[in-house]
Formats: sequence, C-alpha cells, structure tokens
Amino acid sequence: MPNSGGQQTGVKSDRRLQMLEAAIKQHQYSKDALLEILHTAQELYGYLDKDLLQHISRQLRLPPSHVYGVATFYNLFKLKKPGMHVVTVCMGTACYVKGAENIVSTIEREFNLKRGGTTSDGRLSLFVTRCIGACAMAPNAIVDGEVIGKATPEDVLRKVKSAMGAEMVEAR
Amino acid sequence: MKPDELRSLAQKESELRKSYRYRINVCCSSGCMPFGSLKVLSAFKDAVREFGVEEECYVARTGCVGTCSLAPAVLVEPGDYLYQNVTPEKAREIVKEHIVGGRPVKSMLYGNEAFFKKQLRIVLRNAGKIDPLRIEDYIAVGGYYALLKALTRMTPQGVIEEVALSGLKGRGGAGFLTGLKWRYVARAPGSPKYVIANLDEGDPGVFANRTLAEADPHAILEGMAIAAYAVGSQKGYIYVRSEYPLAVQTLKKAIEAARSMGVLGDNIFETSFSFDVELRLGAGAFVAGEETAILASIEGRRAMPRPRPPYPAQSGLWGKPTLINNVETLANVPVILLKGSEWFSSIGSKNCTGTKCFSLTGKVNNPGLIEVPMGITLREVVFDIGGGVAPGRRFKAVQVGGPSGGFLPEQLLDLPIDYESLTKAGAIMGSGGIVVLDDTSCMVDTAKFFTEFCVDESCGKCTPCRAGLYKLYKVLDGFTRGEGSVEDFSKVEELCEFIKEASLCGLGQTAPNPTLTTLRYFRDEYIAHLVEKRCPAGKCFGNSGGGGVE
Amino acid sequence: MSKPVELTIDGKKVTAKEGETILEAARRNGLYIPALCYLEGVSSFGGCRVCVVELKGSPRVFASCVTPVTGGMEVVTDSEKLRRYRRWAVELLLAERPHVCSVCVANGSCELQQLATELGVDHLRVDREWTDYEVDLTHERFAYDPNRCILCTRCIRVCDEVEGVHTLDLMLRGKNSKVIFDLDENWGFSRSCTSCGKCSASCPVGALYVKGKPLSEVKKKDLVSFIMERRSEK
Repeated sequence: MPNSGGQQTGVKSDRRLQMLEAAIKQHQYSKDALLEILHTAQELYGYLDKDLLQHISRQLRLPPSHVYGVATFYNLFKLKKPGMHVVTVCMGTACYVKGAENIVSTIEREFNLKRGGTTSDGRLSLFVTRCIGACAMAPNAIVDGEVIGKATPEDVLRKVKSAMGAEMVEAR
Repeated sequence: MKPDELRSLAQKESELRKSYRYRINVCCSSGCMPFGSLKVLSAFKDAVREFGVEEECYVARTGCVGTCSLAPAVLVEPGDYLYQNVTPEKAREIVKEHIVGGRPVKSMLYGNEAFFKKQLRIVLRNAGKIDPLRIEDYIAVGGYYALLKALTRMTPQGVIEEVALSGLKGRGGAGFLTGLKWRYVARAPGSPKYVIANLDEGDPGVFANRTLAEADPHAILEGMAIAAYAVGSQKGYIYVRSEYPLAVQTLKKAIEAARSMGVLGDNIFETSFSFDVELRLGAGAFVAGEETAILASIEGRRAMPRPRPPYPAQSGLWGKPTLINNVETLANVPVILLKGSEWFSSIGSKNCTGTKCFSLTGKVNNPGLIEVPMGITLREVVFDIGGGVAPGRRFKAVQVGGPSGGFLPEQLLDLPIDYESLTKAGAIMGSGGIVVLDDTSCMVDTAKFFTEFCVDESCGKCTPCRAGLYKLYKVLDGFTRGEGSVEDFSKVEELCEFIKEASLCGLGQTAPNPTLTTLRYFRDEYIAHLVEKRCPAGKCFGNSGGGGVE
Repeated sequence: MSKPVELTIDGKKVTAKEGETILEAARRNGLYIPALCYLEGVSSFGGCRVCVVELKGSPRVFASCVTPVTGGMEVVTDSEKLRRYRRWAVELLLAERPHVCSVCVANGSCELQQLATELGVDHLRVDREWTDYEVDLTHERFAYDPNRCILCTRCIRVCDEVEGVHTLDLMLRGKNSKVIFDLDENWGFSRSCTSCGKCSASCPVGALYVKGKPLSEVKKKDLVSFIMERRSEK
C-alpha cells in the first residue's frame, strides 16, 4: 500500500511513491538511512521538493528541519526542478587550470543564465561540479550525461545546441 | 568457501590465463570509457574471431593502466605493449599485425618509457591487467590468499604486528601509522566494531582512489576483511563519492561476487570469522572525507566534523569503536601479509615506507595515474614520468596535496616525496594530487581558485573556516584586480595563521596553504598585481582566459 | 563514580570531574574563559572558537568547551596568541553579517558586543558583508533577523535538547548556512514550534527576539536555571 497510514502529504500516490515506500521499508524506517532515502527519492523524482521532503520526514520520524538541513547540505541533492537539458562543467583543479571557466562563461553568455540556474523557459540548466575525476582529459563537460573530454567552449556549445535542437525536432 | 577451493580455483584460473599466448587488456575505466572503450573492446573481440585466434588471444575488459591522456588505452601482454588512442579500426590492425603477425604496431605505441620505468606498482599491481568484474581474475593472480593466510595462520595480534612493522602510514593524507590505528581499535572496549573504507575522494584533480576501485575492487575488499579480522569487526562500510558511478557499480558487483564466492559473509574459509561490507554513497560534500564527518554522513546527518577526542577508534559509528582507513591504505595490506613487512619496509625511504599513488595533472605532457616509491623527488615525477611542460613553456610551480596543498617552486623540485618533507615546505601529501603549472598560470589567481573551493566546501561550523576563509577569498579576489597594497600581506598572513591554528578540522587547518605558499615562494607576482597593476601571466585584470586556454 | 582529575589552569591547581571539559572545570573553580557558542546545560558545539586555550606541550590551540580534562594537563587561558585569535574570531563574526549595534534590539545586552569591548575590538580589519536576508516577523510574539545571526546554534540545541521539538536546524553550509524553522518556513507558519520562547532567550545576539521588548539580561539567567532544573530532574 502506498502512502501507508493514509497520511496526507502533497505527494501523489503513484508508482514512484510505491518504490520510495519500498526503499524506506527496506531500510526499516531507520533514521540513519536518510541519505540513502534522499538518493532514492531524487533518482525517482529528479529533484526533492518540499512535499517530498515532508513525506520523508514523516516516514522516518525525523524533524522536518533536520531533513531539510541534510538535503541542502549536500550539493548533489537538487531542491528545484532542473531544466530539460543539463550541462555540467567540471571545475576541478585540472579542468580549471585548462580553462574550464571559459566554457562556463560561454554557456552563461549564450543562454543568458547563471551557473546553478535554469533558463526561464526551463529548457537548460547549467551546473558546475568539483571534479568528475577525468582529470587527464581536462577540461571536461557533461551534456545530458555524455562526457566531453578536452572540451573547448565551441565543442560544448555545439553539443548543447544539438541536444536542444533534437528535442525541438521531437516536439514537432 | 573452503581453503582448498581457493587454491584449486586459483590454479585453474592461472593455468587458463597462461594457456593464452596473448592477452589484450582494454581499459574501460571512467577515464577511457567516454572515449569509446566499449566499441574498441567489441572490435577486438570481433577481430580475434575474424582472424581465428580466439584460442590463443584473450580479450579482457580491464581497469586503468594509468595513461589517461591516451584514451582509450590498450595494453597487450606479454611485453606490456601500450597502444594509445585506439579506435575500432586500429583494433583490427593490432590483432592482424601484433597477434597474428607477431609484429607490434610501432606507430601506435606509446613512446614514453620513463612513464613506467620510474614507477613501482604495489597498490595498482593489478590495475589494467585483470577484469575487475571477474573475481576469478583476481584470484588467479593470488587474490584472497592474504586473507586466507591471516585467517588460518595468523592471530589478529600477529596481523597488526606485521602491518605495524611494515611502517605503512595512512594514505588518506594525515599519514598516521596504520598498525597503531588498528591496535587502538582492537584494544578499544565496546562492540560491535566497524571498519570504514574511505573512498570519498573529493579533492578536485585527484582520481587515484576511483581508479583503484574501478580497476581492482577486490584488493580493497580483501584489505578490509583483513583489517576487520585484526580489529575484531564483522561489518564494514565503503563510503564512496556518488560522483563516481562506475566505481560504485564496480564495487557493488565485486561485493556480490565476493559474497557468492564466500570470501565475504559468514565463516569465511571455514573459520569463525564473519564479515560483510555495505556501500554508502556520498552526496557531494568534500568535507565528508574528514574522519568524524564521514561518521555523521553514514549516520544520515549533515557531514559536520566534531572535535577529537574522542577519536573514532574509541567512539565512531553509533558510538562504537571504528577503524577508518583510506582505500589505498587497505589495498596495500594483502601484499604486506603475503610478502612480509620486511619486504615492504625496504621500499621507499626510511621514515616513509612503501609507495604512493598520485594523480598527475595540469600543464604536464603525460598526465595520468602513477604509483611511485616514497622518497622519489618531485623533479622525477614532473619531468621524467610526467614529461615536463609543453614545448616553449616554462615550468612554474607544482601543487602537491589537493586543494589545500601548497605550491612549490622550481628550486624545491629536488624535495623527496614523504610526509615530513612536504609538510615542512608548506605542501601536504593529501590524498595524492599533483598539479603542474607553467608560466601561463597566475599564482594569485590560482590561490584564489583554491580558496574559493574551500569556501564552497566549508561546512560552516567554526568561525575561522566559515567566515575567515571567505574574507581571505575576498582579499585575494581584490588582489587579482590590483586592489590592495603590499601592507595587506602581513594582515593576510595573520588571518591565515588564525585559520590554520584555530579551525576545528583538517579542511580549515590546511586551507590557507595555497595562499601561504604562493605568498612565500611567488611574492613577486603579488607585488606585480598590487604595485605595477599587471598580471605576469596575463590572466587577471579582465584578460579572462589569457593564460588558461591552450 | 567519576574520579577527580587534577590539572592546572594558569598555574593554579584545580580539581575537575572526570569527563568534564576545561571550560566547565574553569568556571566551576571561578576562573574566567571567554566563550560565545557555549551554553550551560546544553551540549557543546565548539564552533565559535572564542574559548580557545593553549595546552603546555602542544603547539595547537583547543576549544575549551569541547576539550575534556586529563590528569596533569597544564592549561593556559590567556596569552598574546590567544588574545589575537579571540580577536580574529570576534572580528570575523562582526564582519560576517551586518551587525550594527545602534539599531539592534540586543544593544547593551549582546554577548558579541560585550566580547568585542572586552577584547578591544575597536575597528574591523576586513570588509563587512551586507547580507540581505528577509526579516521574519510572521510569528505573533517573536521575530527572527538572520542578518544578525552568528550561527552559534544555541537556539537549535535548546529547542532540541530542552524543549524537545527540534523545530530549528541549519540549512545549506559554509558561509551560506542559515538557521531555519521546519522546511525553511516562516516562523508563524511552523507547525512544530511550541512558541516556548527558549530559542530567543538563548540567542546571544539580536537574531531571535521577543517583539517590542528590548533584550534583558534577567531573562537569560532564567533560562539557564530552567535548563539546569530540568537537567537535575532527569
């Protein structure tokens, strides 16, 4: 049974919630499992909104402020819905030394958004990350999950535009 | 699994391995994977079939060889022929010429012999030579023999003594004697006890632990099991960065394989020793690699460090005695038990035995993952193994130890790599990052970059790190625009001293290193910014990217 | 049960209880060590670093509120170095957010202000930040101005350990850390808050306060005795 106990939260009762409940149950409603549960929730929903966090806090019997504090402490957890496409630029040491900043500022300029933000039409998010570990291929960028090594601003821009273009074609 | 079963499996597997005349190892680690490793792997398999040499040539999917700039890299045994930037087309040619024709394809070979010559691979002994997803591959090269030896022929005390005598120090950065740490946990009252393998390699520019996990996950598991036996633990956790999906997957599969093989689980090798391992994923917090923060994170809390004492050895996970070791430390352990502490302590320098893995990156010709004996000089690493900087460029500085490591100038390149020498010079061993900078890098800007990193990663608990580092960042940011004066230097140094001395954990205590060392060794660059209002590397004052881009 | 521990603080022989911190031992013996995030009766945090002391034989400094006493320990609570470090801690806290005493409800009874006077902080050597957090006036009796918060977490600990509800916690991290109610809700809409007022009573500065009333010292002393009573009942 999803949403056990008939508790009213703003989370829609669907397959994702069932899977989340299963994960919580598997961890035996343990407070220690908060991080694992947040991981699962983000995988299922893409991001963690307040309704979802409220729900998790009830199920694990943790104070809401504690859950919110943990979810915002770790960079990986997103509390806002990311754009349809995501470009992440590695700003680890090796990438920075090899000019990653230029890639970031090029994307920022071209799409009029700031790092960490999403375009107003919700189509593209730009994130920076501290080291994806592919330092020998620096600088690296990730466009919708695909890694581009030894990237130039032009490479990344091209990739982003083609990803967004493909979606435009699909939409027709 | 019974002891005899391990022996017979090892024999069978190593005979199988020997039955092939050639072995083609295709690197499928995160460094090579994005550049088409899997296509190359299947191309090799197709070609071997096409030329009908399946019986004599084995194609393996392996972890990293270390030459990450050659992606995808392929290693052909015997002879360790290393092919670079292999494509599916090249794969077919390699099979045709090298395997069938017996003539290595010289034009595709990696030319730099020094890259391997000066290295000594203990931790990375199997990296790039076994299939990490096949536990049988690990067993074929002697895997889990050390665990068998420990469980059947040594007492927990004896294991601790052996590790202590080897002189092995923690490879996570602080360099604490591993044997001593084990002894503290073993003697600590309380049960259950826990073992944590720290794979929260958050330093930007460091990928040694990730590579190890991707290439040889069982070395970590075996090391953990031995440690657990020594300290009296039955439960271990590997805390791994969630930014390392391939390492996570590889470890997951390795744990499953080890369980079904019976080298993890109940009554291992028919002894009374039981041990199991679980993975715990980080979520993007550098500070979580700190000993007490890792505990908070595994317990599902904000990864904020707490003061020590009590040390995790006395009061760790859920208040129980807990051993926390870096995965590189643990991977050394099986070898030490098999070859003996005397052998291990003969490697490296007197006070610093064994080897250390380094991620060599930045403006260096041959970036990659290396493992060198302790005591080797920085010059050998940067110039012999790394091949120096690009033609026409001048070496400027090398940073050792990750974001809070210091920058060392040319005149200190003959410094031997060991914990003491590095700390004395203002750098740290850290978790093993070496970043090379040439004359296109601005030291003021670079110091600012690393300070900004630490500002972002500070947990915010203590004033020096939270508020102090941010002020330091603001001052450095001003310097890059020529704002400020040389009179500010003493203020900056005093602030740095406060942050270093009064911060709660290692993050704050080391974060001022980049600023302090650049102020010490590259003061003229600061003066150029503040007095002459110019950036010698042409990077600051709005010339964005002038120095950065190739 | 607990054995007495002998140590010296500034050359004076002091007897402490086993497991006690240096700060507790000093205060019980009538010796003064300045402190800020420390609050008697709740757990220690060790964050502000104002209570740092030196220990003979160690080059480092230690936060006395979280460092347990050991036999034979020689504690130095006042030195040129310690004064310098404490001054930096207070200066950085003052510069971290816009602390302007003249327009603060805590003016005159602010612990940060008192420390600044005591340590001779008469100007700031670093630029001040002008953070622009919204002031939360949604609660009928209390107000919260994050711009005056020094992140000492006293309120969080009191709410959790004394009132037992854990309405408050920290969100984000580093310099962006902020004390929040529930899921970063406005105070007036917090479902878990019992409006007990202990958080505002424990605030050393003017971040959490009772609307329309200047902060008075009397109230704070009340809080400490309340906490201690509850402790001894346990």
